[in-house]
Amino acid sequence: MNFKRVLSIIRKEFFQIKRDKRTIAIIIMMPIMELLLFGYAASTSVDHIPTVVYNNDIGIESRELLDSFVNSQYFDLDYYAESIKDVQKFIDNGDAKAGIIIPPEFSDDIKNGKMAQIQLIVDGSDPTTAQTILSSAGGVVQSMSVDIIQETRGMSMPQVLDLRSRVWYNPNMSSINFNIPGLIGVILQTVTLMLTSFSIVRERERGTMEQLIVTPITKMELMVGKIVPYVIIGFVDIVLALALSVFWFKVPIAGSITLLLLFSVIFLFGSLGVGLVISTVSKSQLQAMQLSMFMIMPNILLSGYMFPIEAMPDIINKISTVLPLTYFIKVLRGIILKGNGFSQLYQEFIILTAFGLGFLLLATIKFKKKIE
Amino acid sequence: MEYDIIISSMTKKFGDLTAVDRLSIKVKKGTIFGLVGPDGAGKTTTMRMLCSLLTPDSGTAIIGDHDILKESEEIKKDIGYMPQRFSLYGDLTVLENLEFYAEIYQVPRKVRKEKIEHLLEFSNLSKHSYKLADQLSGGMKQKLALSCNLIHTPKYLLLDEPTIGVDPVARREFWRILFELKDLGTTIFVSTPYMDEAERCDEVGLMSEGKIVKSDTPSNIINNFEKPLLCVYSEDNHKAKNMAQEEEYVFDAYLLGEELHVVADDKDYAINNLMEKFKTNNITVDSIKEVSPSLEDVFVYIIKNEKRR
Amino acid sequence: MEYAIEIDNLTKKFGKFVAVNNVSFKIKKGDVFGFLGPNGSGKTTVIRMIMGLITPTSGTGKVLGYDVTTESEKIRSHIGYMSQKFSLYDDLTVDENLDFYAGVYKVPKNKINEKKKEILEMADLVGRENMITSNLSGGWKQRLALGCSIIHEPEILLLDEPTGGVDPIARRQFWDIIYELSKKGVTILVTTHYMDEAEHCNSIGFLYYGNILSLDTPNIMKGKIIDGDIVEIKVNDTLKSIELLKAKNGVGDASVYGSGIHAMTEHNTDLEELKGYLTENNIQVTNIKMVRPSLEDVFVFLVEKENKK
Repeated sequence: MNFKRVLSIIRKEFFQIKRDKRTIAIIIMMPIMELLLFGYAASTSVDHIPTVVYNNDIGIESRELLDSFVNSQYFDLDYYAESIKDVQKFIDNGDAKAGIIIPPEFSDDIKNGKMAQIQLIVDGSDPTTAQTILSSAGGVVQSMSVDIIQETRGMSMPQVLDLRSRVWYNPNMSSINFNIPGLIGVILQTVTLMLTSFSIVRERERGTMEQLIVTPITKMELMVGKIVPYVIIGFVDIVLALALSVFWFKVPIAGSITLLLLFSVIFLFGSLGVGLVISTVSKSQLQAMQLSMFMIMPNILLSGYMFPIEAMPDIINKISTVLPLTYFIKVLRGIILKGNGFSQLYQEFIILTAFGLGFLLLATIKFKKKIE
Repeated sequence: MEYDIIISSMTKKFGDLTAVDRLSIKVKKGTIFGLVGPDGAGKTTTMRMLCSLLTPDSGTAIIGDHDILKESEEIKKDIGYMPQRFSLYGDLTVLENLEFYAEIYQVPRKVRKEKIEHLLEFSNLSKHSYKLADQLSGGMKQKLALSCNLIHTPKYLLLDEPTIGVDPVARREFWRILFELKDLGTTIFVSTPYMDEAERCDEVGLMSEGKIVKSDTPSNIINNFEKPLLCVYSEDNHKAKNMAQEEEYVFDAYLLGEELHVVADDKDYAINNLMEKFKTNNITVDSIKEVSPSLEDVFVYIIKNEKRR
Repeated sequence: MEYAIEIDNLTKKFGKFVAVNNVSFKIKKGDVFGFLGPNGSGKTTVIRMIMGLITPTSGTGKVLGYDVTTESEKIRSHIGYMSQKFSLYDDLTVDENLDFYAGVYKVPKNKINEKKKEILEMADLVGRENMITSNLSGGWKQRLALGCSIIHEPEILLLDEPTGGVDPIARRQFWDIIYELSKKGVTILVTTHYMDEAEHCNSIGFLYYGNILSLDTPNIMKGKIIDGDIVEIKVNDTLKSIELLKAKNGVGDASVYGSGIHAMTEHNTDLEELKGYLTENNIQVTNIKMVRPSLEDVFVFLVEKENKK
């Protein structure tokens, strides 16, 4: 391999990227936009839930209960119903996602040390939101119960214990901290795959490849020359994404940043290798686009970014083990959230390196200095 | 006589279509060989096989001392190949394109700058060296493409319809450069749809349906034209053409520029009869005389003859 | 005299780039008007403005009395258009392509079959109705594209580089069809960079980088524009002779033409003296004669005059 020739390809790629505003936009804007959009949209914390209240009780306790619902920030008591039917109407219309019904004997029951009941009606059409409502309401009721226990000094109420399991779910935990690391992996994969999957096929479509492959350049030189610029770009992107998550989303990085960057570069080689393979086998830019979409979807869905891998059926679980992103997300979460060191991640290191070399080799083998 | 390019019985099929059919051509060292033929005759396929972009199904070719099947990478060091379509980077400048190919061909750094300057001057592109290639006119693009192919001083130049879509002034300029290269000893293999360009080659091969139907020097081809060719100037050439086509002693009649060309079996018989026919149909004839054919006349005759078989 | 197309001071700028600069011309009904010029000279832009696909920066144009900027929808129903990239569906058959365009142009049902038959005959496509278009060769494809563009019997036909990449025989067949259409009263505007094709036009305009250099009939152009004689010379060393001729007094320019040289000289040049001059310099002159300038000579003359400005 002639290093100078590789260098000339790299320089040429950078000249071209520099003059192509759209590519620059993809490089700079896409990670920022995606991180901001998905960082918020994919957050499973739900707050300020529009809520309808039907209060039949006239005691001070019921008002205290409603106040603590409001103070929790999770519930906005927007509507006050006159009857059960009214409650149903607000939820049916979609105006309210939750309904709180307090029976007339609520205050008396508390005063008398009996188990006081309240009814919570949840719009279950969106399970994620419903889950949050349930747990948040549980939390509110739980803390109020604790207050009451303290006030009544030990007069135990079975209902309190009944709610305890929900407290464990911890509704205050920000889902952003958990989502962002995975999101960084997904973004890095998408950007690099999109850029490289075009790089070879574009030259074929424009005809420039015909001129290039009648020169003595070797396949390996061409592949390495094509991949290095995008490794550099991908590296810039990951630094950008990390900066955004630390300074904007306030996600603390528990482990070593250096280790994180090292893993990123290794992952980039693999991801770019996939892009190069796509670009080599595609006949047109459109086909390359479709193929990369075909690759990106399972990566997003099955890598553990969206759904826990443990919850997947066996077959799907197997698929996820051949996706480089699965390992990279594990690494990202491990380093950012848990502060893992290299000793805990060496397996992923080996697997990701193998992916990188494998795909680069595959692209080189698949590439033909022919135009058939 | 020494041959630089020897194509022997090369065949290429695409599915049922035989694009190149047992083609054999020999090109002498330091000459220009012109491959002419209609669209789809197999010219581009031939070119691409010579630069190993396509693999022949059977047969082979030798360029210099190297076999295209066994030593394709060796050959690439010595050839310059200009594809039909503009194949340089439109988003790089003239200079960047030249520098890029200089590096790819590993032109030594010491001579690189000098070489590039020389080529820019040679192709009259010095003033445009900082323009993006996309912003050049068609003629300048062709000259840039040629310059990039000359950066490593190739011994053999393969040019696939290099002047298509380029204006006459630029075409003349381009051919001036080719002549200079030939004088320097470069062997040039060029395909062209323009018959006037074919006449400038040392030898031409007429290609039709994958085969060479005639190969010789342009003057020999013209001199060996077997039938008399009449040139008619009349006040309504189009009407005259339709009329001539109806006559059975007329092999072919067609318009070439402002002239009506008639290929007939017997010169005097044809002139007398045609004059009479034009006269009865009220077509004023300014002149009718035998002329020596151009390569285009011969080409059309041979191809039509081929099709009649 | 009635004009089908009247263009008055049309200008189109793309940003700072002036693609078309103050172009004016008129085309009589039933005439064939040829636009000549290299790629990128603005021919396509003019055609697109006529069709209303691009709005002119300034100037006006009328097609069949309709304004090109405000009444383009009306214009389009009277126009047939064929572009350099034949807009055929490659994966449809010949017949299906014709059906599709008949549908697009709302050709009445009872007329479709008759019209299709007529076009197939004209385009020499009878018997190929069920062939997939991508399997047709260049010439057939081109004639099919032409057929699709005239299925609605337009009064005006705009042809943008219709003969690019088509061999000489197919080109001739194509021009025969153009002539037939023009005889039927169809007004035709055609762009080309083949100089010999321009001879077939009733009048031509030379377009060079957005400017019309000259606008006239081919005969007047050849007679009036060049100030001097054209001498055709055949020699054994073309390059050297050109250098010698350029250096000689009384010779304006000399360049490669066909297999020989065309030299532009002052009027009443002494051919013997010219021959002697070359022979003195060790050049073998095989043929020297005065010729009528071709359109290519005229074009080259005009371009060089323009470039000297």
